[in-house]
Amino acid sequence: MLEKTGIPTEEMIKEVFPSIDRINKGPVAVIECYQKIPCNPCVTACRFNAINIGDDINNLPELDIEKCTGCGMCVSKCPGLSIMLIDGSKSESTILFKIPYEFLPLPEEGTIVKGLNRKGEYITDVDVIKVLNPKSFDRTPVITVEVDRNYLYEFRNIRVEG
Amino acid sequence: MKHVEIAIIGGGPAGLCAAISAASSGANVLIIERNNKLGGQLVKQTHMFFGSEKQYASTRGIDICNILINKLSKFKDKVEIMTDTTVVGMYEDGVITAMYKEEKYIKIKSEAVIAATGAFEKTLAFPNNDLPGIYGAGAVQTLMNVYGVKPGNKVLMVGAGNIGLIVSYQLMQAGVEVKAILDAAPKIGGYLVHASKIRRMGVPILTRHSVKEAIGKEYLEKAVICELDEKWQPIEGTEKEFDVDVMCISVGLSPLNELLVMRGCEMKYVPQLSGLVPLRDENYETTVGNVFVAGDISGIEEASSAMVEGYLSGLCTAEKIGYKHEKFEELKNDYLNQLDDLRSGAVGKHILEGTKEILVN
Amino acid sequence: MRIDKHPILDFKRGKKIKFTFNGQEIEGYEGESIAAALHASGVKVLGESILKHRPRGFYCAIGNCSSCLMVVDGMPNVKTCITELKEGMVVETQKGKGKIV
Repeated sequence: MLEKTGIPTEEMIKEVFPSIDRINKGPVAVIECYQKIPCNPCVTACRFNAINIGDDINNLPELDIEKCTGCGMCVSKCPGLSIMLIDGSKSESTILFKIPYEFLPLPEEGTIVKGLNRKGEYITDVDVIKVLNPKSFDRTPVITVEVDRNYLYEFRNIRVEG
Repeated sequence: MKHVEIAIIGGGPAGLCAAISAASSGANVLIIERNNKLGGQLVKQTHMFFGSEKQYASTRGIDICNILINKLSKFKDKVEIMTDTTVVGMYEDGVITAMYKEEKYIKIKSEAVIAATGAFEKTLAFPNNDLPGIYGAGAVQTLMNVYGVKPGNKVLMVGAGNIGLIVSYQLMQAGVEVKAILDAAPKIGGYLVHASKIRRMGVPILTRHSVKEAIGKEYLEKAVICELDEKWQPIEGTEKEFDVDVMCISVGLSPLNELLVMRGCEMKYVPQLSGLVPLRDENYETTVGNVFVAGDISGIEEASSAMVEGYLSGLCTAEKIGYKHEKFEELKNDYLNQLDDLRSGAVGKHILEGTKEILVN
Repeated sequence: MRIDKHPILDFKRGKKIKFTFNGQEIEGYEGESIAAALHASGVKVLGESILKHRPRGFYCAIGNCSSCLMVVDGMPNVKTCITELKEGMVVETQKGKGKIV
């Protein structure tokens, strides 16, 4: 599936997601890196040594969900934009997602944009909570959106109309 | 006749790194670049690179270009740069001829040469493939990222390797609609993280598909695609039409190898390295003494590998003509290890196989 | 056809200059290639093939393929994808192989 279409299967997605308990405790990274390629900036980006790939740079990253503080430093550093943050501690009905988004126009805080799945299909409206684009993110802005909990494993992208 | 110690042909990622490495070893180098500025194809790479910190991972190609040029500027007294100058011949007596703009020929005699000429984009055979609007994917990248000009409004991308995927993403960043990405192979050839980030923007990736024909009078108006069977043959009745004004061809690169053939280097066709490449030793020296190579000319790979090959080749070329870097062994091992790392995974396996085919002692 | 805003790049264009394409006045920017300036103005057909007179546009945009050859200021076979645009340039579609003076 993934290698034919670019869309990971549900099983693959669930495999890289932390447990619901961990998600409900506070922000944590989700690393959707399913293919062994020579790459390790996520490891160097993490100040808490929460991401590990071992001796071979081709290994897949492993996230230590206890060490991960959800700081988000890895999100804009991943050249494949494969990392996002999820946080289920703020509300029982929604999840906060922090996703990288390198397109114009950027969404505006306080507005509603279209929430998309991994095929780019519209699934639900989402609230834009924060738009961060500091120099240290090097032109990979990180957008915080609040998404209905039912779309925890589906939501992955946004579309900004206008 | 101009006399230099090391002539480096091409000022892209491989050539720049070779120059930095050779100059830091103490050799005097001349970079001959046909473009009006240094950087090669780095100047249009707006995406972040993969690899490790040593290959500037997570930094955008356009910024790596400036980092390398800055590094090079530290060796001002050792480095001469000739831009707008195209090398047109390399002869048995070691003489290089080059043309400055369209104005004058220059003869250069050097103790050693590093050929880092890069690659060119392949094309694909189908009816009307010569219509304006059908461009190399790299060409479209130049047009939009160097000159800020959109290639058109609706694009069909042919090829799902890294270039096809990256350029599709960059087209969307420039505000151009990408209708679909095709690839004749059963699997996506590029990094899957690239594929996923385009797919979640809503662009379908169609493996086992190819172009049947292009339609248009003066320029491209429509493209007809079809599905391929397991023997790569078109399946009748699967044709689909796309209203597009641009088609990008991204079906691979070929090494720009003419100068090496002319110079008499022993060459071999190696499919894993995407074409006719020179036999070379561990130091990247070809079968012609003091003629070294680095980057895509010695086999198509990622720019990360081209940079490491440049550093290695520059180091070894300098050593060959009597400028041994004080940390020669340490640096050489480091570069060899970096190359091994980049090629040791599943995606680099074919490169590793290919390099075995051309390695000589 | 020009990109005004871009999420990664900031296009610093040179001075606006005028040139002609087959006698028609067109504007471009200093520092860009002739082919880029033409494309920005919607000109995709740069020439024709020698034998069958089929339309030709650029293909590689980096000076490798010779698909973009035009007559510039009277000189034939100029690779317009890598030749910098200059104020007042006279750019023409090339028919045939071109005559070298």
